[in-house]
Amino acid sequence: MAAPKASADTPADGPYLRVRDLRVRFRTEDGVVRAVDGVSFAVERGRTLGIVGESGSGKSVTSLAVLGLHDPRRTEVSGEIWVGGRNIVGLPEAEIRRLRGRDIAMIFQDPLSALHPYYPVGRQIAEAYRIHHPEANRHAAHRRAVEMLDRVGIPQPARRAEQYPHEFSGGMRQRAMIAMALVNDPALLIADEPTTALDVTVQAQILDLLADLQQEFHSAIILITHDLGVVSQVADDVLVMYAGRAVEHGSVEQVLRQPQHPYTWGLLSSVPSLHGDPNADLLPIPGNPPSLINIPPGCAFHPRCRYADHTGTRSYREVPELRPVAGTNHLVACHLPEEERRRRYAEEIARVGVAR
Amino acid sequence: MLRFLVKKLLLALTTLIAVSVVTFGLFFAVPNNPAELMCGDSKNVCSPERIAMIERRMGLDKPIVTQYGDFMRGIFVGRTIGSGPTARECPAPCLGFSFRNDEPVTEIVARTLPVTLSIVFGAAVVWLVLGVSIGMASALRRGTALDKLAVGTSLVGASMPILLFGPLLLIVLVYETGLLTYPRYTPITEDPVAWASAMILPWFALGFLNSATYARLSRAQMLETLSEDFIRTARAKGLPKLAVYGRHALRAAITPIITIAGLDLGAYLGGTVITETVFGFTGLGKTALNAALNLDMPIVMATVLLAAVFVVTANVLVDVLYAVVDPRVRLG
Ligand SMILES: Nc1ncnc2c1ncn2[C@@H]1O[C@H](COP(=O)(O)OP(=O)(O)OP(=O)(O)O)[C@@H](O)[C@H]1O
Ligand code: SF4
Ligand SMILES: [Mg+2]
Repeated sequence: MAAPKASADTPADGPYLRVRDLRVRFRTEDGVVRAVDGVSFAVERGRTLGIVGESGSGKSVTSLAVLGLHDPRRTEVSGEIWVGGRNIVGLPEAEIRRLRGRDIAMIFQDPLSALHPYYPVGRQIAEAYRIHHPEANRHAAHRRAVEMLDRVGIPQPARRAEQYPHEFSGGMRQRAMIAMALVNDPALLIADEPTTALDVTVQAQILDLLADLQQEFHSAIILITHDLGVVSQVADDVLVMYAGRAVEHGSVEQVLRQPQHPYTWGLLSSVPSLHGDPNADLLPIPGNPPSLINIPPGCAFHPRCRYADHTGTRSYREVPELRPVAGTNHLVACHLPEEERRRRYAEEIARVGVAR
Repeated sequence: MLRFLVKKLLLALTTLIAVSVVTFGLFFAVPNNPAELMCGDSKNVCSPERIAMIERRMGLDKPIVTQYGDFMRGIFVGRTIGSGPTARECPAPCLGFSFRNDEPVTEIVARTLPVTLSIVFGAAVVWLVLGVSIGMASALRRGTALDKLAVGTSLVGASMPILLFGPLLLIVLVYETGLLTYPRYTPITEDPVAWASAMILPWFALGFLNSATYARLSRAQMLETLSEDFIRTARAKGLPKLAVYGRHALRAAITPIITIAGLDLGAYLGGTVITETVFGFTGLGKTALNAALNLDMPIVMATVLLAAVFVVTANVLVDVLYAVVDPRVRLG
């Protein structure tokens, strides 16, 4: 048997992953990139957290921090990342390495570039198994790889194991990635845009597969995506990120059905609804996300926010804190009074895009 | 695989024929009569009769196309050169006789090719080992003092011509300090130690300078590979650094380096004129150069063809190797 899993120390009731006030900064030639700026969240086993936000909002940087994959020479990571009862921030590389792939596994957006082009798929899965099961011989690891390929729904798994990634279709490749991620039965799976590179039908299959596997392995899942449809389909909780900060956080019901942040409104009303005129009822967010080297003062969203003026000059000066909506655990970071947020959502947003 | 090989070989053959035709053609485009040159400098000795005799002896009196055909046939089945009483037998692989001193070209090649082979293979070992390890180390320690030193040195090395570096080595290591003696080629079959010690200077000179190019190439390849998604995957699996670098990064980064090394090797085997000249070796390159200056047609043909064979063979080998290493390359 391998060393006991970190999950053994977790109190049965506490969330498997708890991130507190995570900050990630990169030192670059152009200046300091504040890619993640004080983000907190938690995921329990058996539950799925969706992280959404536009490109460059710090979603991937957050997940790589959880895996301890940032280069310490150029990156400053602070805050707390509790994995199975252990804070991994500042842990020596050798310790974190033992968690990677065993307790926390990750799947990436583009499975073609994420798999090594020169090694057969089965061998890459077997390798992931053997690192954390040194007692397993080559043969046993290979059997395990084939078993996993079978489990994720790849036909003729024994033959497929001998093939190279380029011989797989996109969907099959992502299945193979999932097989590799789950080969050590991890407690936490981070899926960074796992379906973005796939066409819609395959997307649905992969999401179903993830849901099935979550049932079976009872793992915690972080699902990173641009796609609010995906989030509403599979997530239990949602974290909305903008410019490295959390702007809204709550259950799917709260964030997608009663959103309270103008940025979330923007995301919702820029996605065409399936019922109705695809163009007429959209309200896209104007402008582009800011550079994370020069984050706008105050609320980072203010240059693009239609309501920035409704708060006097506060939105321009003061970073809004993430506060609970009265009487709930639904968190929103906006200076608009709760009353007004409710009213504006009901009057101006709820009729537009998928928000309908 | 077979189809691929046959296609490659046919292409190689076509290339070789084209090279031989062009070389042959160019030689006759030069408005010099080799027979006149051979006959001597003083006009009075060279009567038209004597020139005609020489032409007959060398087979220069026949039409160019016939000469070309004879030459090519000689390589495979041997031939008789010249006609009349001065005709000579030349067994396969016949490359003709030197216009200058009548030495069979095959013998000249047999004498000078090992010199070039010795220089090039030894230097290649130096530049591959040195260049690739420096490049890899500096990629892995990117931004450190070691990396900067390596980048700086290899920039100097890559822009330094051997014409300068070779004599510099000679001055410092031979003439000034006497650490080494001026190299004198000894065949490896006669005395391996003497052979190796004569080779130290050219191996180092050529190997060191080329290692600069290879260090830069390896560093760039490695850095590019390290930023690939599959490296992130390897790390996300929990692989230790050594396995990430060795099994995953190196395997991908080294492939294009092997390719370029193969092509370089092919090109160098055709002769390393400057290295040979600087260190006083009579290798294939120097022989070819002298022959060209002397309009010694058979030697020029032989050395150019040989160089082309090396280049073409290296190309075929590299293609096959690439297909073996990278499963994405399809043969056919
Ligand atoms: N190693 C790094 N060095 C410097 N800047 C980085 C680094 N990694 C990410 N960034 C920057 O941090 C910001 C957040 O990047 P991140 O990859 O987390 O975005 P994302 O939300 O995942 O976006 P996408 O949806 O496009 O994947 C970006 O502006 C990116 O340029
Ligand atoms: S704080 Fe101001 S600028 Fe930011 S989202 Fe709320 S209203 Fe808009
Ligand atoms: Mg990303």
